[in-house]
Amino acid sequence: MSEVLLQVDNLVKHFSVGGGLGGGHAGLVRAVDGVSFSIRRGETLGLVGESGCGKTTTGRCILLLERPTSGRIVFEGTDLAELNEAALRAVRRRIQVIFQDPYSSLNPRMTIGQILDEPLEVHGIVREKKARADRVRELLSQVGLLPQHAQRYPHQLSGGQRQRVGIARALSMEPSLIVCDEPVSALDVSIQAQIINLLEDLQARYGLTFLFIAHDLSVVRHISDRVAVMYLGRIVEMTDRGRLYEEPLHPYTRALLSAVPIPDPEIEARREHTVLKGEVPSPLNPPSGCVFHPRCPKAIERCAAAVPPLREIRSAHWAACDLA
Amino acid sequence: MAALLQVENLRTQFRTAAGTVRAVDGITYTVNEGETVAIVGESGCGKSVSALSVMRLVSEPAGRIESGRILYKGRDLLALSGEEMRDVRGREIAMVFQEPMTSLNPVLTIGRQMTEGLEIHLGMTQADAHARAVELLGMVGIADPERRLAQYPHHFSGGMRQRMMIAMALACKPSLILADEPTTALDVTIQAQILELMRSLSRRLGVAMVIITHNLGVVARYADRVNVMYAGRIIEQGSAAEIYANPRHPYTLGLLRSVPRLDEPRRARLVPIEGQPPDLARLPPGCAFAPRCVYRAARCEAEAPSLAATGAAGHVVACWESGRLIPKERAA
Repeated sequence: MSEVLLQVDNLVKHFSVGGGLGGGHAGLVRAVDGVSFSIRRGETLGLVGESGCGKTTTGRCILLLERPTSGRIVFEGTDLAELNEAALRAVRRRIQVIFQDPYSSLNPRMTIGQILDEPLEVHGIVREKKARADRVRELLSQVGLLPQHAQRYPHQLSGGQRQRVGIARALSMEPSLIVCDEPVSALDVSIQAQIINLLEDLQARYGLTFLFIAHDLSVVRHISDRVAVMYLGRIVEMTDRGRLYEEPLHPYTRALLSAVPIPDPEIEARREHTVLKGEVPSPLNPPSGCVFHPRCPKAIERCAAAVPPLREIRSAHWAACDLA
Repeated sequence: MAALLQVENLRTQFRTAAGTVRAVDGITYTVNEGETVAIVGESGCGKSVSALSVMRLVSEPAGRIESGRILYKGRDLLALSGEEMRDVRGREIAMVFQEPMTSLNPVLTIGRQMTEGLEIHLGMTQADAHARAVELLGMVGIADPERRLAQYPHHFSGGMRQRMMIAMALACKPSLILADEPTTALDVTIQAQILELMRSLSRRLGVAMVIITHNLGVVARYADRVNVMYAGRIIEQGSAAEIYANPRHPYTLGLLRSVPRLDEPRRARLVPIEGQPPDLARLPPGCAFAPRCVYRAARCEAEAPSLAATGAAGHVVACWESGRLIPKERAA
C-alpha cells in the first residue's frame, strides 16, 4: 500500500457569530468538530454529507484557506502549522482545488489562455513566454479541449467546458492532492459522466490523490475508494466504498442511502423508504450526546447523554454509533 | 381517466441578440385528473418555459407563445383575457418553484403572504383566511403554525420554505400543480420529505401534478407518465414503467446509462453522452440530438423526426433509428 499523503488529526474549526447590530447573543458555530482521517497517495476519499455538515470547511482547512481552531493537518510528512510563509506557498501549489461552480471561479475578463497562463508565470513554473503558451496548449488537450479554446472567454464556453478549464488550472500547478468540492453537481447529467471519467483518467495518468467532497451518494460511490460520511461537523461513518454501500452501520448513512431515488420505477415501487423526521439542527446549538439522536429512528435514552466515539466496529469500518 | 390539461403543438420563442430561440418547439402532452406527469430534461431543454407557458407567465415582449393550444378542462387558456387567466392561476393551476426564497416576499410575514391569495381569489374574510392558513401549514407538516405565521421567510429553513410554497399552492384547492424542480435546491433527506409530502397530498386531495426535473431517480419514484425533452421538443413520451424498461430514444437511453446507480454493482467506467447540448438559436436542420448520437444515420442530419408510435401503448418516440434500440430479446 502506498504511503499516507494527507493526515488530518482531530480537526476543529469554530466560527464565532452574532453580537452584531441586533445585539444578539454571540455564539460559536461548530462547523468542524473533531474530524480525523487520512488519504494515501493515489487514493480517492469521498466526503459526503448534507449542507452545513462541515465537508466544505474541512476542505478549506486543508487548502489553507481557513486556519483551524485546533487539530493537525500533516501533508507529505510535514505539519502545516509549523511551516513559514515561503514554505506554505510551496505547499499551496501541491494542494489544488476544483470548485463547484466553474463560472464564478473564472475571471470573466480573461481569456482561457490568460487564465491558464497566469499561475504558471506567477509561480515561476514555466518562465519563458513561448514555453508557457505550449504548456497551455498541452493542458487544454489533457482536459479534452482544443487549442482554439485558449482565445475564448469563460462565457463562451458551456458549463462542462468551463469545468474542464478549472481542472486544467488545478493540473497546471502539478499538484499531488486535489480537493474536488462538488465538482459535478452544477453540471447536467449527460455532462457529469464526462467530467467524472476525465478526473479518473487524470488520476490514473498522474498518480493524483483526490479528496472528493459531494452530496450525491451515487457519484461518490463511483469515484471513491473510501468514503467518510459527515453529519453536523463530525464523521459518523468511514470505510471502503463497497462496505459503506452494502453494509452501512450508522442509521444516518442508512437514511441517506434510502433517500436517494433509483432511476428505475420497478425497483422504486418495491423499495422501502426511511424518511428522516425533522431537519439538520443548527451547528450553533447542536443537540447533546449523539448529534443525530433527535432524528434517529433507532435512538434510545443514552444516545442523548454521551457523544459516541468513532470506533472501529469491524476491520477498517468505523462508525460513531453505540448501537452499531 | 379524463384529460385535465391538453397541451397541443405549443411553440414559445424568445427574441435575443443571438437570434430567435425556439425554447419550446411544438410540444404536445396530456395530464389526466389526479395523475403525476414528469417533464424531464437538462438545462435549456425548454422544460421550465413549457410550464411558464401553461401559466401564461412567459416574459413579454422578448418571449412569446407563437402557436398551439393549451386546453384546461376543455377551455383554451391562450384564448382567455388577462383577467380570466388571473382567475385560473392559483385557483385552478398553482405553481411551485425551485428556489422558494426568491419567490417569497422577504418583507411580508408568512401569514400575510398566505392570506393574500385567499382573500383575493376566494373572497375570504381576514379571520377566515387566517384560520385557513393555520390549517394549510399544519397540512404540510409545519409545527406550531400560529407562531410561524407571524414570522418572515428568512426565519424558515429551505425545506420549510418549500413546505410553505406547497401550502400556498394548495390554498385555493387547485386541480393541477406545476412543480418546477421543487426539490433541487434541497438536501437529500429533505428532498425525500418534500416529495413524499407532495405525493401524499396529491393522492389525498386528488390534485394532478406536473413535476419538472432533471433527476431521473425522482421521476422513477413519483411519476406515472414521462415526457423527455431535448432542445425544445418532446423526444420520447410514455408510461414511466415503459420508458425506463424500454427506452427507445438514444438520448433517453444515454441519460439512463450515464448516471451511476446505487442498486447496481459499481461500473468500472461511466458511459457519458459525448459533446455539448445544442445552441437553441442555431439548431441543426435535422434531429437536434444527431451531433451527439451514436445511432446517427444520414437521414438524421437532414430531416427532424416526429413522434411516432413504438408499439407499446402510449409510448411514442421521435427517432428515425429507434428500431435499432429494441432490446435483442424483444426483437426476436
